Amino acid sequence: MGAITAAGLPALLPAAGLMHDPGAAGRFGEYGGRYVPEALIPACAEVEEAFREAWADAGFRRDLDRLLTVYAGRPTPVTPAWNLSTELGVSVLLKREDLAHTGSHKINNVLGQALLARRMGRTRLLAETGAGQHGVATATAAALLGLRATVFMGGKDMARQALNVHRMRLLGAEVVEVTSGSRTLKDATSEAMRHWVTCADEAYYCLGSVMGPHPYPWMVREFQRVIGDEARAQCAAELPAAIPDYVVACVGGGSNAAGTFAGFAGTPAKLIGVEAAGGAAISGGKVAVLHGHRSYAIQDEHGQILEAESVAAGLDYPGIGPEHAHLHDLGRARYVTVTDGEVIDAVRRLARSEGILPALESAHAVAWVLRAARDGELPPGATVLITLSGRGDKDTNTLMEIP
Amino acid sequence: MTTTTVRGVAVGPHLRERRDAGRGLLVPYVTGGISADWTDHLRAYADAGADAIEIGLPFSDPMIDGPTVQEASERALHRGATVRGILADLREVSLPVPLIVMTYYHLVAREGHARFCAALAEAGVRGLIVPDLPLEELGELEQAAAAAEVDLVLVAAPSGSPSRLREVAARSRGFVYAMTAMVTTGERAELPASAGEFAARLKPHGDLPVLLGFGISTPEHAVAGARAADGVVVASALMRRLLDGATPEELGAQVRALRDALDATSG
Repeated sequence: MGAITAAGLPALLPAAGLMHDPGAAGRFGEYGGRYVPEALIPACAEVEEAFREAWADAGFRRDLDRLLTVYAGRPTPVTPAWNLSTELGVSVLLKREDLAHTGSHKINNVLGQALLARRMGRTRLLAETGAGQHGVATATAAALLGLRATVFMGGKDMARQALNVHRMRLLGAEVVEVTSGSRTLKDATSEAMRHWVTCADEAYYCLGSVMGPHPYPWMVREFQRVIGDEARAQCAAELPAAIPDYVVACVGGGSNAAGTFAGFAGTPAKLIGVEAAGGAAISGGKVAVLHGHRSYAIQDEHGQILEAESVAAGLDYPGIGPEHAHLHDLGRARYVTVTDGEVIDAVRRLARSEGILPALESAHAVAWVLRAARDGELPPGATVLITLSGRGDKDTNTLMEIP
Repeated sequence: MTTTTVRGVAVGPHLRERRDAGRGLLVPYVTGGISADWTDHLRAYADAGADAIEIGLPFSDPMIDGPTVQEASERALHRGATVRGILADLREVSLPVPLIVMTYYHLVAREGHARFCAALAEAGVRGLIVPDLPLEELGELEQAAAAAEVDLVLVAAPSGSPSRLREVAARSRGFVYAMTAMVTTGERAELPASAGEFAARLKPHGDLPVLLGFGISTPEHAVAGARAADGVVVASALMRRLLDGATPEELGAQVRALRDALDATSG
């Protein structure tokens, strides 16, 4: 690890011990774990063993790095948001995951897991998807590596992200409509896990975020930390102080945020995770065991998990990855919320000021920066890195329906 | 922790005694709170020859349940079913067979292990199944259940290694719940032959009864399952009819048919 050796970085804080290997039990403080039926324990253990072996194998890392470079288009640039910075009086840098192949950071994780699946001799990838970005990335990696893909997606999301459904099918994936419960990411995840029980010997569950049973929250963060590692080196080249004052990313399950934070957890940067107001696991939830791990989730007074409500399908999820719960408890990262209205405004503002149309999910991070700059929470001249996790083309239909 | 009242019939001795008498064990299921008169189903099951009854405490995200139990859970939650409400209903009934609750770990953990188990025992529930709690995460609940005199029933899966299955059998209380196959709950046309082989692998690990569940849908399945194991759990086949409007009497008759088929081939 630690490819970042740029000179002039401040000495690492004690917090550098954060965001490391969560051990055999998969714990981040009291969070994480492996809360799945006995039936899935061997599958989880096998994934963990294979990942530990692969991640320590220089050959695997080389294969993945090469795919990330020549196929996914990494490194993605850090773009100064020149006009917005002038307007806001703070220096805003954008980590451009929207420029990665398939249009979001999801490809980083999926290429890693698909290579792992192939190494394990699996012939099919299972995935859940909300906005469809993880589903598209999974379908893409499956096509590239000669695997089949089955993607579970809520009926509500299939309607509002119809473009991505069509993309997945063009790429050869089977898209299974989930009609139970919320008909969004929560139930798509439950259904993917149920299906996994029936085919764990043949299929590999390619989970899309830093959640689920151990080793997924850790493994997905490791596959996404390329965002943070690159950004840290790029900030060192771009900023006089080397490290931005603030590092901001949107959080549903929290994979782009986890990958970004992993690059900065050991620096003095303030880490800000932005949740959708209608799916704010940390700001509005309590401790819960859901989808294989212990973390926070929004729930009613009797403990039933609530359905999230967000304009961004990718953040329309009641829970959050367990490592974020831990970072929150430690006070190392702060989790805030923005409303759908602020998000729509942020999409339009970034589009007009920089010529960049962000995904509704990514616009959550932009929306918080706009508010914090306006409210004076960001001091004049502060430096802010925003991870722009994906591009907004997929959201055109949703945006067209909003006056 | 103050001492609490323990009501109800203990699971382990009851099932073992009946198994030793040569009886094929039958455990029907109902989702708690699914209707205003849901406890009438318990009485009907007991009268129809159930050896114990499994009661689902509905959870919003039942990860090992197929469409039928999902629908039953949704209906119960939509009616306003809660853990406390269901346990309060159970305190009003007294049955001659053991009651076993099945629910997901979140609903147990949020209440606190000791408090949850004590509340079960006070309501006359003496068994607990938590299907999303594997061996590694079991410790605290295992102790709390034992202290409350509640049998924590573990689920054995065909994917388990020999050493894992040995540990499941050793740490399970009341009985061992054996999955017929790598499936979610739900009705199935056929009982796979591998189910019997799996039960046969589990039985030598101890003296606890082994019950097959997941997909036991017909009297033929029940007979085949009870022949290979010590008995069966039947859930979705009953809940499908309940969702379609069957009365407690009608479901009781369905349980009676299972009972008669089991009795005709045992002893």
